[in-house]
Formats: sequence, C-alpha cells, structure tokens
Amino acid sequence: MERDVIIEVKDLVKKFDHFVANDHLSFKVYGGEIFGFLGANGAGKTTAIRILCGLSKPTSGFIRVAGYDAYSQTEQIKKSIGYMSQKFSLYEDLTVYENIRFYGGIYGLRTEYIRSKSEELLHRLGMTEIRNKLIKDIPTGWRQKLAFSIAVFHNPRIVFLDEPTGGVDPVTRRQFWKLIYETAHSGITVFVTTHYMDEAEYCDKVCIMSEGKIVAMDSPDKLKEGFGVTNMDEVFFKVARNVTY
Amino acid sequence: MKRFWGFVIKEFYHILRDSKTMLVLFGMPVMQMFIFGFAISTDLKDVKIAILDPSSDEITRAVESRILSSGYFMLESRLNAESEIEPAFRTGKIKEVVVFEPGFASRLQREGTATVHLIADASDANQANLIASYTTAIINDYVSKASQTSVPMRINVESRMLYNPELKSVFMFVPGTMAMILILICALMTSISIVREKELGTMEVLLVSPLKPIQIIIGKVTPYVVLALIDAAIIIVMSYYVFRLPMQGSLFLLMLETGIYIILSLVLGIFISTNTENQQTAIFISMFAFMLPTILLSGFIFPIANMPKILQWLCAIMPPKYFIIIIKNIMLKGSGIMYVWKETLILISMIVLFIILSIRKFKIRLE
Repeated sequence: MERDVIIEVKDLVKKFDHFVANDHLSFKVYGGEIFGFLGANGAGKTTAIRILCGLSKPTSGFIRVAGYDAYSQTEQIKKSIGYMSQKFSLYEDLTVYENIRFYGGIYGLRTEYIRSKSEELLHRLGMTEIRNKLIKDIPTGWRQKLAFSIAVFHNPRIVFLDEPTGGVDPVTRRQFWKLIYETAHSGITVFVTTHYMDEAEYCDKVCIMSEGKIVAMDSPDKLKEGFGVTNMDEVFFKVARNVTY
Repeated sequence: MKRFWGFVIKEFYHILRDSKTMLVLFGMPVMQMFIFGFAISTDLKDVKIAILDPSSDEITRAVESRILSSGYFMLESRLNAESEIEPAFRTGKIKEVVVFEPGFASRLQREGTATVHLIADASDANQANLIASYTTAIINDYVSKASQTSVPMRINVESRMLYNPELKSVFMFVPGTMAMILILICALMTSISIVREKELGTMEVLLVSPLKPIQIIIGKVTPYVVLALIDAAIIIVMSYYVFRLPMQGSLFLLMLETGIYIILSLVLGIFISTNTENQQTAIFISMFAFMLPTILLSGFIFPIANMPKILQWLCAIMPPKYFIIIIKNIMLKGSGIMYVWKETLILISMIVLFIILSIRKFKIRLE
C-alpha cells in the first residue's frame, strides 16, 4: 500500500503570551491512517488540532495539511478537511435532514447531490424514520453518529475529531469507533484526540502529549512492547511518570 | 452565494421556531407602542380652562358650550382682558385659555372667517398638545355641523404653547419606541444568536468550514435586518393609524435612515458578541449598554437640554439620540436630508468605528 504523507508538522510552536501550549511538535500522518492524539486535559491537544484546522495561527514551525501550507493556504485546507468537536455541533432546533442539508450547503455541495447522498446516509445510519425529527428529540448516541457522518459528508481528505466520545456510554462508543473504521477504510484520514486510553488501542498510531510536548509516538503495539506492558493505560501511566519525575 | 443563502435560511428556521424570539420580535413592538402611546393619551378628563370672550355672542357661546359639554374640559374662570391670561396660568389651576377675537360673530358673518386662539401650558408638553388638538377638533366639528345648516363659515384655530414652544417631548414616544425596539432587536438578538453558536460549539464548525467569517456574520444578521425593517414598518403604520402621528416627510428617506440605524445596531450586536462568551453576558451587556441608555439618555423620555452637562456628553455618544432627532425631523417636521445629514453622518461613522473594532477583536481571537 502506498502511503503518502497527508499531515506534516515540523517544530510547531504555539505561545500564548509566555505560556507555551505547543512546544516544538513534529509528526507525520499518512493517508488513510487513524492517528490518535492523547494526553491529559491541558496537554495542548486542542491547541494543536485548532492550528491544523486553521482556527488558530501557529507561532512558528512548518505545517502542511493535505498538501497546503497552514499559514497561507488556510482556504484550501478548510475545503479538504472535516471537523467534529466534543459538543457534536448540531443545531438542536433543526431537523436531522435540515442539519445535513445545511452543512452540505456550506461546503458548496449541489442540492441534487445532497439529496441523494443524505438518503443513502440516513439509510445506513438507520435514521430514515426520524429524518424530520428535531435534533433535541433524538438520543445522544444518534446525535454523535450523525455529527460524525456530517463531518465527513463532503468527502474530506482528513477528518479531525476533538474528543468525540466525551459523555457517551461505552456501547455507543464502540459503535462509534466502528463508524470511524469504516471511514478510514474508505480512504479518509482520521485525526482523533481522546483521553480514553482504551480508544487509543483502536488507532494505527498514537502520539502522547504532556505539557505541550510529544513524549511518545508509535503504534499501540510497539508502545506496549517498548514499555513492557499489556495495555495503553499502563503505557500512559509510565510515560506520564517519566515526564513528571 | 448559495452557501450564503443556505445559511440565511437556517437562521430563519432558528428564529421562526423559537416562540419566545417571535414574541420579542413582534409582540414587543406592538405592546410598547400601546404602553407608551396610551400612557400619554388617556388622562384627558375635566381639564380646567379659562375663556376670554370679549364679543360674547351667539356663536362664541355655542362654541363654548360645545367645548365645556365635551367632558374633557371644565370652566375654571372667565377672563376679561388679555393681560389676565399670564396671571391665570401662573396660578397653576388652568391648562388652557381659549381666546375669541373681538366681534367674533359679526366678523364671521361679514368676512366668513374668524379666529380662535388656544393658549396652552406646555410645561407638560404632551398634555398641552393633546389639549390643543382636542379643543381644535371640537371647534372644527362645530364648524362642519353649522356649515351644513346655515352659510359656510370658517373659524381659524391658532394654538400657541406657553413655556415650551417647541414641544420638546411631544410625540417622542414613537421615535423613542422605534429607536429602542430596533436597537434591542438588532443588537440584543444578533449578539445572542452569535454567542449561542459559540456556546453550542457550532461556531467552531462554521469557522473550520470554507465559509468566510464575513459570510457567517452577514448570514447571521440578514434575517434580523429583514425582521427589524418589518418592525419599523409596523411601528410607523401603528403610529399613523392608531396614534395619528403625522407623516410629513419622505417615507423613503425615513426607511433609509432606519436602515442605517438598523445596520449600526447590528454592528453593535456583533461587537458585543465578539467580546462575550455566553448568552447571559450578552443579554446583560445589551440591556445595560443599550436598553437603559436608550430610554434614559436619548431624549426619549427626559429632554437632553435639561440634563447636567456631564450627562449631556454621555448622551452625545448614544446612537439612539441621533436617530430620534432624525425621525422626529422627518416625520413631524417634514425635513429633508439637508437638515439631518449631520446626524446621519454621525451614525455612519459609528458604524465604521465599530466594524473596525470588531474586526480587530476577531483577529486577536484567531491568534
């Protein structure tokens, strides 16, 4: 399988006044990969993801996303990515279908295309019956799946998921990861931040952050092997201890 | 463009589906108009007046009895000379003096026209205006009925306001209500709706999308421009048909100025939303920064000229003040753009200022 670099970051630094949120981050993400960004709250995950999405400007460093420069080509980057935040970001007073149509519309998709593709999507999610229900009337698990499907509705090259499973029960989380796998199989790169270590096991590659720095980066298996432990929880624990002590 | 319209349609859904928003948008203007409108127009009853009638003939007596039997007026005293008018007002008992010219009936028969002077105590400007217009209406009514049975006649009614000749607060409630409602809807509603997207996290998703920030902002405010213009139209129609407010000037100019004021209010709403993170704060700031000053410091209720200097300076930075001056001039005096260009220019410069401030704030947030 040919693997092309889709996100390339070298020495990314982001400072807020004197506080260094991202301290010389460097990593590469390959096409079709599920890339997990791990760390405790305040480790700098969200700052980094915001920079990659063009929501925030880096202080310095070399960053290319989907082949575009993060300083000068943010417009092109925005067209090539999808984004889902921890709040699911659907409009509660719009119906399921209206949400799909709205987000499809702001990505400039054609009305005909939106119509046929949303039929297919609703069918796949088993939501055809509730297409005209308001979001506030459907359960959280469904909202989350819908939010994710909308984030990849315009076929982006990369989808960024910022703690997508916060506040969701374990069963729904499993189903959600199934959806992520399907998406990665269809060739969309998935960049996901989380602080659930069991989710890290699902990733092709994980990058553990602490206090603004990358402290470990490899596939889950290699990390476990390297630290001589059996699960990611322990890996994280060891990594965290190394940094602190 | 298609992206943009999709956005506008979404905004309309938000507004139309929220019954509270709809109530504020359309219930409030109508309610405010009635409150302010009737608060100043209901209490005309048994107003004490004096009459100066040197000719005391058949016609003047007929007119007098019309006035006194209307239920609105009560005779307090009869005066004998013009020099008694001023002292009569000084006693504070009477609100109006009706003055017939000497030889009233004979003049009316000879020349077909005679004059009645109405002198009102305009220290309470609203009431004075009301009293004068009621008296005028009664006299006109008499004339039209008398003309049907006998020879056509004309009585000129000339009213004069004592103590406050410019009637500074008369009919202020329409311009004032309009200024308040529009700034409230535009500034409050847009700031809430933008801040709500921030709270929900949808703003981030919009910012990540290929939509440009300017498209998001314009998409957000477009529905409110439309709704605010509808509100302005409701207020104007109501003031014309329900409260008989004159519409002297150009309707086009009025709507144009209203449009400028609406845009300013929206820009203020955007400015608030760039500075706040939650809806409560946005509501709080809008209320304190706009609602209260519009009521208290715009000349809406309290005449600015009577305020202490320091408050007058504060008034000078209140957008509603200028808008009220503009609509008063257009609606009541029929002035053209020549007379309101200065105020218009002030409003436009405020728009520019706040756009610049908002953009700067927005950029800082991105970095």
